[in-house]
Amino acid sequence: MDYKKVSKDKFGDFIAMLGKQKKLYAPQKEGESLKFMPVAAGSQPVLAFPNTTVPPKSVLFPQTETLYRFEQGNTDISLPGEAEEGVLLGVRPCDARAMAIVDSLFSWDVDDPYYLERREKTTLLGLSCLEPGTNCFCSSMGGGPASTEGLDMLLTDLGEAFLLQTLTEKGEKINLSVQELLEEAAEEDVKFAEKLSREAAARITRGINADGIPEKLPEIWESPLWKDFSESCLGCGICTFLCPTCHCFDIQDEMEGFEGRRCRMWDSCMFSEYTLHASGHNPRPSRRERTRNRVNHKYSYFVKNFGKIACVGCGRCINLCPVNIDILDILSQVVKEAI
Amino acid sequence: MKENGNPYKPEIATVEDTWYETYGDRCIKTLKVVLDDEKARESWGHRPGQCAMIGVLGVGESMISISCSPTEGKFLRFSVMRMGKVTQALHELEPGDKMTVRGPYGNSFPVEEWKGKNILTIGGGIGQAPLRPIIEYVKANRGDYGKLTLIYGARTSGDLCFKGEFEGLNACSDINYHLSIDVQEEGWPHYVGFVPSLLMDVNPSPENTIAITCGPPIMIRFVLENLKKLNFADEQIYTTLENRMKCGFGKCGRCNVGGLYVCKDGPVFSYDTLKNVPEAFA
Repeated sequence: MDYKKVSKDKFGDFIAMLGKQKKLYAPQKEGESLKFMPVAAGSQPVLAFPNTTVPPKSVLFPQTETLYRFEQGNTDISLPGEAEEGVLLGVRPCDARAMAIVDSLFSWDVDDPYYLERREKTTLLGLSCLEPGTNCFCSSMGGGPASTEGLDMLLTDLGEAFLLQTLTEKGEKINLSVQELLEEAAEEDVKFAEKLSREAAARITRGINADGIPEKLPEIWESPLWKDFSESCLGCGICTFLCPTCHCFDIQDEMEGFEGRRCRMWDSCMFSEYTLHASGHNPRPSRRERTRNRVNHKYSYFVKNFGKIACVGCGRCINLCPVNIDILDILSQVVKEAI
Repeated sequence: MKENGNPYKPEIATVEDTWYETYGDRCIKTLKVVLDDEKARESWGHRPGQCAMIGVLGVGESMISISCSPTEGKFLRFSVMRMGKVTQALHELEPGDKMTVRGPYGNSFPVEEWKGKNILTIGGGIGQAPLRPIIEYVKANRGDYGKLTLIYGARTSGDLCFKGEFEGLNACSDINYHLSIDVQEEGWPHYVGFVPSLLMDVNPSPENTIAITCGPPIMIRFVLENLKKLNFADEQIYTTLENRMKCGFGKCGRCNVGGLYVCKDGPVFSYDTLKNVPEAFA
């Protein structure tokens, strides 16, 4: 494994050099929320946070994106141009693992060119999670504060410097492009980073033993728990919009004057319109069915189709739910009832 | 972005002919369309039971079952009920107008596996649209299949689709059709009642027979019950599911029944598969 170091006093230059080669995205404040946005020259991204409000999926799978454009009365379809080469700096290991999960969906039988082209052209620079949030439970979902899955490079804050662990060819390219700012990392640095992430892992207080949950879920299909946990649900969809593994979308046409576009936008299985038939029939008519589907999709159906749980334990759905519905409470109840 | 292989990019098609199947609030119009691009037309190759995402630029797209068999020619037919924004726009199309088509999507009726068997179709209302291609396919390959029996009902005689196509079937000795409407109308010579009871009235033998049913969820539920009463095995019963769809190839998420996607794993399912799938008949 290749380790380098960049001292904090050179980190501004590091960011500036990244931004010169590729479009650089990093966490920045927009109102109350922290999200990945393009870094303007000279501006400093926020690199001290438990996690961003909006996961980095918003860069690779934008909330709304144009599939193609057309003009009224004309059947010429024009596809968007090539995706830009990009770098995401400050991706939490849980969110990178989520990207690996979303990858399997978007390349399942039919490739999704919009997502995959951007994914291919984007380098993910992760940031070890040394201060896990209150509701983080990544270690229960197979991850950890310094998990490297899905990342091209992992940075760890050593205090005076960042340790850089290069993981892929894409990461190596970044490494080479900024090498004048880097110094060799000593063995102590690597050991120290490992110690920091071990300590961080020990500070994760929430969790669940996920073994067997995929098999247990179908057994408790008719359980009252689905009604109980969805009774307070407002159907706002925040648990899915800001979930790093949620990938569902709608496709709509938009006209502005004579200019039109067919675009896709995030959608949520927690909305009643999501499954509403034109006839008025709805196969998932209430929040009970929709909550049950959301949980089953993540912890059972996705496992059946892709061999992995579609949850990385980032805790956003718990942190952001306006009525405090807690996925770990639901899963604990699932485990309890299925025994 | 590459022009080729983009699964969201539709083909442009020209409407060749249109006609109304039924009238009223939820009228059904059939569009006969031809893909503009010659290569696309040649390589289209749909199979009975598949769907296509059809639309009007500036309005949107809807998943509609392809209601013709590939044996009928190098065109496509869609029978569309006017329900919302997109289907309204599709209804407004006239011969010569352009629309978008992408697909074909989903699996299809296992016509190879069914060779040598009797085919029984049980349809209700617009549910006859996905059945029409298998009927036409069996008619075009008459020697490969046994008896063909059609059971089809709608609320009123005015709500029956493809009416003109049933009369001609009388000429064939091994094809039978049975129609029903809910309430007696003057001069109606066929059955009066619901499709599930017409099925019991026809009393088909399950021997070497495949039963395929499409229609409103409530009808399907009772047809399945009655097919069981007639001793059809779960593996002999097929249906097509429909759910709201946006992409057509397993990405957008919404058409799932349990862990299956209607767009990818369906729309054709055997009852043997569906009986264990949660929400399949929700």
